Amino acid sequence: MSARTAEPSALYDIPGPRTRARHLAYGVVASLAIAAVLAFVLHLLIGTGQFAAVKWRPFTYTGIQELLLTGLANTLKAFAVAAVLSLVLGAALAAGRLSDHAPVRWVATVFVEFFRAMPVLVMIFFVFVALQVQALPALVTGLTLYNGSVLAEVFRAGVHSVPAGQREAAYALGMRKTQVMAYVLVPQAVRAMLPTIISQLVVALKDTSLGFLITYEEFLHAGRLIAINMDYTMPFIPVVLVVSTIYIGLCMLLSWCANRVARCERHNVKNRDVEVAPARAGSTMAGGGLQR
Amino acid sequence: MDVLTDNFALYGEGFLGTLRLTLYSSLLALVVGVVMAGLRVAPVAALRWIGTAWVTVLRNTPLTLLFFAMLLGLPRFGVALPFELFAVLALGCYTSAFICEAVRSGITTVPVGQGEAARSLGMTFGQTLGTVVLPQAFRTVIPPVGSTLIALAKNSAIAGSFSVVELLSTYKTLNENGYSVIWAFVWIAVGYLLLTLAISAVFNLLEKRWGVAR
Repeated sequence: MSARTAEPSALYDIPGPRTRARHLAYGVVASLAIAAVLAFVLHLLIGTGQFAAVKWRPFTYTGIQELLLTGLANTLKAFAVAAVLSLVLGAALAAGRLSDHAPVRWVATVFVEFFRAMPVLVMIFFVFVALQVQALPALVTGLTLYNGSVLAEVFRAGVHSVPAGQREAAYALGMRKTQVMAYVLVPQAVRAMLPTIISQLVVALKDTSLGFLITYEEFLHAGRLIAINMDYTMPFIPVVLVVSTIYIGLCMLLSWCANRVARCERHNVKNRDVEVAPARAGSTMAGGGLQR
Repeated sequence: MDVLTDNFALYGEGFLGTLRLTLYSSLLALVVGVVMAGLRVAPVAALRWIGTAWVTVLRNTPLTLLFFAMLLGLPRFGVALPFELFAVLALGCYTSAFICEAVRSGITTVPVGQGEAARSLGMTFGQTLGTVVLPQAFRTVIPPVGSTLIALAKNSAIAGSFSVVELLSTYKTLNENGYSVIWAFVWIAVGYLLLTLAISAVFNLLEKRWGVAR
């Protein structure tokens, strides 16, 4: 894979001296355009006094820092609980979908397809409003149902990606159904799907911000409290800048882990027989489950 | 059943709101996504960086944060637009990053010989991409683009919490009017299922008509 990207693209010729000069000109123009847009935004920000010291002073107060850190801790708490529970639910549902008993398979299939087709937010609101549950359990329930269902499909795809010879060999050695699954198929499937699983956890991390909409006291909620505070001259833009940097940073860190794991696993000798899925958020964002 | 028949107008309004959001954001996402995919495979390094930065940042931004920043932040600079337009912008930009990745991986599935043949005929990068590679890539990206748009339809539920008329937010009115919340949610769920099933049917049709397995 990496060897192919290093090669010149099939879409254009290797540029000669004149084309290189032209490309350089394009590059300069594009960079200038972007710089102009950024400068305009910066001008707007400065013009409306967003970088005035008074707007940033709240961040030096320990109370505000504690508020933000508590919010971040709540976000991470919701993420951790939801991640663990969705992995468990995903494993259970995948086992159901791979079961030899048809009724179990049907139930698991209906469950998975339904919760993948529902917006996460509808589930969260349903649990929060209709079932009158606290904000954190409601958020975790919604995230678990959705991500568990998606992960079930990921696990199932992983088990199917292990070559049939592995299963047949295990049965030939006299292993039982459960042993074949536990000792032969699942270890290889998890290795192959690890990047995809981590990418799905990025989705779960991003979706914890939905807790904001049901007034769960998470990171964005803490930011909003500061942003609408009259005493601090409503520092909305500074809050957005700080909060989004941290949020995006966290998600990028996790995405980077997924990519790194994908690279490592691809070179692992234990994966000689299976193909490691690339860490692509696009493939895991796929909802609906109606598309193949 | 009463909940639906009594409030058909309310549900209809909400459903149409979700439909409008989905439709306009899909168009925006498709246009921006394809352009960004073009940038990401361009021969000019600066353009590739722009595409990469767009995708990396938006893919790692929580959509709620994007809504929060856009719908509550932009008005502070005197950008006064209807909330629905802001919601379309936020949803469209967010989804365009995923469309871009789908299209880009579609471009890589087109055999190298196609691009080489186009170049040997003297075509420029724009001609190669626009008339040879993208039309063929289109055939392979139908399923991933379909599931991205289904995800967009589901994500549009977030807009309801930012005072945009859409399906999920109808539960508030129903709740205030004393209807059973559980049934209100059942019909909301049916509405979303209808929408996602419809999108998936459209894309299955496209897939049957134009799709190829590569």
